[in-house]
Amino acid sequence: MSSTKFILGLFDDPDVLLHGIDELKKNSVPIYDVYTPMPIHGIEDKLGVKPSRLGYAAFMFGILGGTTIFSIVYYTLVHDWPMNIGGKPAFAVPDFIPATFEWTVLFTAFGMTITFFFATHLFPGRAPRVMDLRATDDRFVIAIDAKGNVPHEDITNILRDAGAVEIKHNDRKYVSYE
Amino acid sequence: MASHHESIIREPLVTGENITYAKVTDDILKPVENMPNKAWWIGFTVASLGALLWVFAVSWTFWYGIGSWGLNKTVGWAWDITGFVWWVGIGHAGTLISAILLLFRQNWRNSINRSAEAMTIFAVICAASYIVCHMGRPWMAVYSLPLPNQYGSLWVNFNSPLIWDVFAISTYFSVSLLFWYTGLLPDLATIRDRATGIRRRIYSIASFGWTGSLKTWQRFETVCLILAGVSTPLVLSVHTIVSMDFATSLEPGWHTTIFPPYFVAGAIFSGFAMVQTLLLVVRKVLGLENYITMFHIEAMNKIILVTGSIVGVAYLTEFFIAYYSGGEYEQYTFLNRFIGPYWWAGCMMYGCNVLMTQLMWFKKIRTNIHVSWVLSIVVNIGMWFERFVIIVTSLHRDFIPSSWAMFYPTWIDVSIFIGSIGLFFTMFLLFIRVLPSIAMAEVKLLLKSSSEQAKKKLMAEGHLEPQQVEFYKESLTKFDSVELADYKK
Repeated sequence: MSSTKFILGLFDDPDVLLHGIDELKKNSVPIYDVYTPMPIHGIEDKLGVKPSRLGYAAFMFGILGGTTIFSIVYYTLVHDWPMNIGGKPAFAVPDFIPATFEWTVLFTAFGMTITFFFATHLFPGRAPRVMDLRATDDRFVIAIDAKGNVPHEDITNILRDAGAVEIKHNDRKYVSYE
Repeated sequence: MASHHESIIREPLVTGENITYAKVTDDILKPVENMPNKAWWIGFTVASLGALLWVFAVSWTFWYGIGSWGLNKTVGWAWDITGFVWWVGIGHAGTLISAILLLFRQNWRNSINRSAEAMTIFAVICAASYIVCHMGRPWMAVYSLPLPNQYGSLWVNFNSPLIWDVFAISTYFSVSLLFWYTGLLPDLATIRDRATGIRRRIYSIASFGWTGSLKTWQRFETVCLILAGVSTPLVLSVHTIVSMDFATSLEPGWHTTIFPPYFVAGAIFSGFAMVQTLLLVVRKVLGLENYITMFHIEAMNKIILVTGSIVGVAYLTEFFIAYYSGGEYEQYTFLNRFIGPYWWAGCMMYGCNVLMTQLMWFKKIRTNIHVSWVLSIVVNIGMWFERFVIIVTSLHRDFIPSSWAMFYPTWIDVSIFIGSIGLFFTMFLLFIRVLPSIAMAEVKLLLKSSSEQAKKKLMAEGHLEPQQVEFYKESLTKFDSVELADYKK
């Protein structure tokens, strides 16, 4: 029994990486994840990652923010303490637009970004789960779960033929833990 | 596909030979991973002395009150609000670059957005400090929030533009900070994975455990797009609301409907001038000529020209409306800008902002680094005087001639202003020392499509219209970072 946990194919070019993904798919090798130093458009279609639903979250948070501040303004200036300003109506909607707008934006931005951090498990101090340290620099990494995907030699050959500059058999899942 | 061929007639966004992904990282992280050079230390020493002056002058103001400023009962707003509007305006360029240019798919923004956004944040900090200072009793700032209190509760007046401003500036600052920091995560992870020891620990905490996995990137891009989408109306709203601080009053010179678009254009104008001032120095000192190229400089100069001309049209409109309105107070206020005791401030305003920027029509000027830098300083000065003219010159001669007065700044006024510039540069210099001044991940995106070497490859492959190739070669002559000898036949 080999002690390899993950097989990593390291590419130095995003187009070659996409070719590598195609080759693995052709050979029915499941891909665990792909780590890249920049966003590569087109991988998500190949790997069947659905479009992000963060837009819906953003919209809902926006509605929440706008409603919240409008309610505060309504309560304070119309309900709780209406002021007579030159005999004008207390419920002066045009004057309430700036604050409503600002909080709509504020809640949208923070709500959506916090949802993003939550969904992708990003928070200050989280131990980085890095499989290869150059994946944030200049290597485009395909990770394949070694368990069940045998023989490893075949996967190595597929990756090499697809143009990987380096192939690693990692005994540890993450290299970044001290 | 990750890369697609871009038309040869587009100028390269990354110049230089053998620019690999690794070289991008190395070049951009050089100032972060090495001890700073002499130029940085000199700059930092001067800037932090300025910041100390700011701390001293602001403390003095808090201790003795704003009576230590040169304000009088006629001129109740002067250098404080001038400084506030000036700094907020400067901040606007960062959001324009990071949000609006992203929505318009202007790829040249990729190499300047990081430092421009940092500049935004530091400028808004300087602006907000003015607002807190001019309250005199800064702890009263809490009453600008709609919080229950023992007076009733007596709530804040949401009909007032000053309260809108509190909401606008605080939202603007926090959303800009969020946008900037989210964009920084991948680059912080890059530093983390190259660092060792304590530095690694710090950047590890700061990078939130970023790994660059597929789903993270995909969602990251969605987040950036939506943040850009909401920041665009936000940035327009901020200076609109700042202008309403004036425009909703009945003061001649302030009471004009043109203020919102005029202020927004002026804000972008002054902001790009400040970006130009900073980046022309940064690219030289940090050796980033291949990433911030002559194309970027010229593009920013074009924006300065366009927005400067919009501002010019707004100035003319103001004068025309003052004449056409038939209001004698309005007419006097505008005449007073030229024939009153502050004629020199008016000349600085119109001269620096309108006349000097018209020089940018000439390509020789737009692509000359030294002249561009001097002009960017001229614009910064001109935009400061614009706010000074609008605020002080409009106020100092109001409806009753017996209360006419002049404004004379005290040494505290001057120290706070000079100090705020020191504070700004201190923060900016610390930023380029500890964080990547160019968004590495975003520049890497350009490498296979828009770089000089990609275009060279395209030319070597042939199949291009010879006219287009000639056009491209011609456009390279303005670059200072391109070896023109390579393109000789």
